[in-house]
Amino acid sequence: MIPSSFEYHRPGDVAGAVALLSQLGEDARVIAGGHSLIPMMKLRMAALEHLVDLQDIDEMKGISVEAGRVRIGAMTTQHELLTSDVLAGAAPIVREASLQIADPQVRYMGTIGGNVANGDPGNDMPGLMQCLDATFTLQGPDGTRDVQARSFYEAAYMTDRADEEILTTISFDATDGGYAYEKQKRKIGDYATAAAAVLLTRDGGNCASASIAMTNLSDTPVWSEAAGAALVGTALDKAAVDAAVAAMLVDIDPTEDNRGPVAFKNHVAGVILDRAIARAWDRA
Amino acid sequence: MNDLTPTAEERAASLKGIGSTRKRVEDARFTQGKGNYVDDLKMEGMLFGDFVRSPYAHARVVSVDKEAALAVPGVVAVLTAEDLAPLNLHWMPTLAGDKQMVLADGKVLFQGQEVAFVVASDRYAAADAVELVEVEYEELEVVVDPFKAMAPDAPVLREDIADEKEGAHGPRRHHNHIFTWEQGDKDATEAVIAEADVVAEEMVYYHRTHPCPLETCGCVASMDKVNGKLTLWGTFQAPHAVRTVASLISGIAEHNIRVISPDIGGGFGNKVGVYPGYICSVVASIVTGKPVKWVEDRMENLMSTAFARDYWMQGKIAATKEGKITGLWCHTTADHGGFDACADPTKFPAGFMNICTGSYDIPVAYLAVDGVYTNKAPGGVAYRCSFRVTEAAYFIERMIEVLAIELNMDAAELRRINFIKADQFPYNSALGWEYDSGDYHTAWDKALNAVGYADLRKEQAARLEEFKAGKTRKLMGIGLTHFTEIVGAGPVKNCDILGLGMFDSCEIRIHPTGSAIARLGTISQGQGHATTFAQILASEIGIPADDITLEEGDTDTAPYGLGTYGSRSTPVAGAATAMAGRKIRAKAQMIAAYLLEVHDDDVEWDVDRFAVKGAPERFKTMKDIAFAAYNQAIPGIEPGLEAVSYYDPPNMTYPFGAYICVLDIDVDTGETDIRSFYALDDCGTRINPMIIEGQVHGGLTEALAIAMGQEIAYDDMGNIKTGTLMDFFVPTSWETPHYTTDHTTTPSPHHPIGAKGVGESPNVGGVPCFSNAVHDAFRPFGLRQSHMPHDHWRVWNIANSLGLHD
Repeated sequence: MIPSSFEYHRPGDVAGAVALLSQLGEDARVIAGGHSLIPMMKLRMAALEHLVDLQDIDEMKGISVEAGRVRIGAMTTQHELLTSDVLAGAAPIVREASLQIADPQVRYMGTIGGNVANGDPGNDMPGLMQCLDATFTLQGPDGTRDVQARSFYEAAYMTDRADEEILTTISFDATDGGYAYEKQKRKIGDYATAAAAVLLTRDGGNCASASIAMTNLSDTPVWSEAAGAALVGTALDKAAVDAAVAAMLVDIDPTEDNRGPVAFKNHVAGVILDRAIARAWDRA
Repeated sequence: MNDLTPTAEERAASLKGIGSTRKRVEDARFTQGKGNYVDDLKMEGMLFGDFVRSPYAHARVVSVDKEAALAVPGVVAVLTAEDLAPLNLHWMPTLAGDKQMVLADGKVLFQGQEVAFVVASDRYAAADAVELVEVEYEELEVVVDPFKAMAPDAPVLREDIADEKEGAHGPRRHHNHIFTWEQGDKDATEAVIAEADVVAEEMVYYHRTHPCPLETCGCVASMDKVNGKLTLWGTFQAPHAVRTVASLISGIAEHNIRVISPDIGGGFGNKVGVYPGYICSVVASIVTGKPVKWVEDRMENLMSTAFARDYWMQGKIAATKEGKITGLWCHTTADHGGFDACADPTKFPAGFMNICTGSYDIPVAYLAVDGVYTNKAPGGVAYRCSFRVTEAAYFIERMIEVLAIELNMDAAELRRINFIKADQFPYNSALGWEYDSGDYHTAWDKALNAVGYADLRKEQAARLEEFKAGKTRKLMGIGLTHFTEIVGAGPVKNCDILGLGMFDSCEIRIHPTGSAIARLGTISQGQGHATTFAQILASEIGIPADDITLEEGDTDTAPYGLGTYGSRSTPVAGAATAMAGRKIRAKAQMIAAYLLEVHDDDVEWDVDRFAVKGAPERFKTMKDIAFAAYNQAIPGIEPGLEAVSYYDPPNMTYPFGAYICVLDIDVDTGETDIRSFYALDDCGTRINPMIIEGQVHGGLTEALAIAMGQEIAYDDMGNIKTGTLMDFFVPTSWETPHYTTDHTTTPSPHHPIGAKGVGESPNVGGVPCFSNAVHDAFRPFGLRQSHMPHDHWRVWNIANSLGLHD
């Protein structure tokens, strides 16, 4: 449980960090909170020559809400997400989900940027960001570009981010309506057996819009467009919810692990989504 | 004397003796990060060892190429079996009479087995070099199932003893067979079962798990080539035994070996055995002349140092149609892994599994245990229990539940009508134990009343109706357990480890100013010995506990003892402490009589002093006496005030308890919510109620872990699937329920202060209680037996297989 040796860099701005990545090439990795990368290094499953630490980059920190748009610097910790009243007002689902991430000690260090950029299917934030239809801003040697969370994830630990790019900012529209982040896990600190992020708006007695994303049930987060569509225009009667669950089950592709076999995970995914929809609807 | 003169009660209270909720004296340093653990040791020029481990569960080691590793700057040596063979240290004896490879000798038998030992100037260089040792393996067929291991054509695991027909515990009938251990009367038991009104039969599996102490195993070996003395600091639960074993296998004279157990961060049986890391560190220190440190990391701890349990227990229990048990039969298949490294008294290869008649008056019983080799890590230690007692308790408490189903009886009532009655003690069990004391009916009734058992059953029935009506998806389970422990190994006439009798010891020195130091042959790993043994002594010799220093763990200073495990410290070393105290008091009586100018028989002990009979105002306190012992020439009495006692207990002690758990199960997700847990423990005389409560909380939480999720699981290739704390369940405060503790007090009739062990009771009783609660929730739907751990998916799977998701 001791990593191989590496060079440590601590740039003071994004441009400096990007320059380091361009110069050092694929032997370099950026580190944010380190809660995914450091264990991999200690297990020697991640071998790297250069570690570029982003913690001194102030321009990557902070939460703002302007004109209904939430912007979160990638180096903002999960603890800061939890304690931001501005964020809680603009998108309360983020606080609900953040409370389900690991434990307080991890949340003091773990960042939203590291959580979404690492591409770990177990992480909670990627699915949440897909549910929110968030935009990731990436900065590289050729400037910045925006990628939607819903098209960012390619496979486990594989994303649209190029090696020399840094994910600097996450932005999404403030939400209204109902929300819920429902997660089943074996214990505090565990990844989800199944988790569901649900945002709903109401128009009279009917559902006006719905966004549903699932976590740790495939090698990427799964935004289930069809599940959301199954709810829109309905009064969220049992048939509609069952249809949403059925649609979601088509989109996920869980694998067996110590949490249980596929049949169990599919069943639990359905139960969790059912509960998330019910709670979100209550709040809508 | 006047109103300000303290009463005897006030004087007794000021001693903080037996019964006092004295705060733990150890906690000042532990809670401030000032403990001194093995890994805190830093010595000039110290080297670090690290293992190359096998990725395969069963493979031939074709070659080991050290060259690249030796080229890493800072690397001093890379040891393999070839290097250890000339010293005859490439194999070592196990505590169970088997032998174990120190480093792979031609083949490996489990994933994580030690293949080579890299020694370097720092642990980073050692870790780098481990990566560079090139080992060529030739994979062999893997056997992880103990039943398949006994198939006629199963691969030979232990080639070194393949043809040996006789093992350490009798005949071997197969190349992967270790021993058969039989207890009780087979013919009589089978006859009873054949003719019984009712027989319940079930396979009860207690899965493999691991003690997983907070601090992993480790040591620092330092060979001083000038004076020829070896000092070995380590996480040893039995430092004296380690010294003797080290001397026997290394050839270093025992007086030239000093073993020191510093602060230990939990043991739970994991730190009883001798591990390859210790041997390799000693050899490396002898070779290099420098201190060598080896400390395993968490994954190494879980994959290679002693596991616990892994017993397949086939049971039959016979009863009359009224529910009176008439006989118990058990055949256990014990999976020991690649080497038999169980830590049991020599004559008990399956530990005290023959306590499996539990708290019940069962007229006839039979137990057979077959030990089997598989491609898993060695061990089989008593994880927070006396030797195999938790397996025994789980077995009988499951069999009782299954019998209750068979009889369509309430399980609480079934227990009640079968308990050994208070007037039957001392009670001779069908499997050979003499239970020293107990009052099970009193404890049981108190427990049932405390939780409102009848009302709980009514609520459960109402919940069931709601469930059937589709109004809830939650089921309620009520878990019952009445367990009997057997602790305090043990009487030298039948308990030894490697020939060392399992007595224990205490040496006391009273200082001239009336304070004292006591040294014991045991070693605390968190039990709070420095607190509780001082309390025993305070009550025995009338010196305040705060004025008594307790020291353990240094073989150069402490008297010989067999260490701390199996809840033996209080029953054995605690007794030695009391007996040594009584020797002090006997001498003090003579001194007091001299000082008071009366005959020895004319003074009597009064809390903290000897007073003249009938004239209590004429007295000498222990403090006065201590001073006199060092400052006055007393005719016929040697100066000084010291005593030592080596205590060979006449019998085990038999703590018991009544536990009741209430939980709710979400049948759709498999999640369980422990609503309440009531634990009544009877450990005889209670030395420190606060420490007992802490022990019970800790033991119950480990029981929760084991019952609800903790396991060492392997895939078919022998790969460990639960090798990190992500998958190996250790509960946090979040998962831990609230516990309600209670007690009755039935003193041990043979222990000097009537005390029994307690630290392990909650694990022994807790596991079946949690498990029975899960089973009980599904009893109305026909569930008889479902193996632990009851994690989400397994509980979900019970519901699924009973059609509750249809």
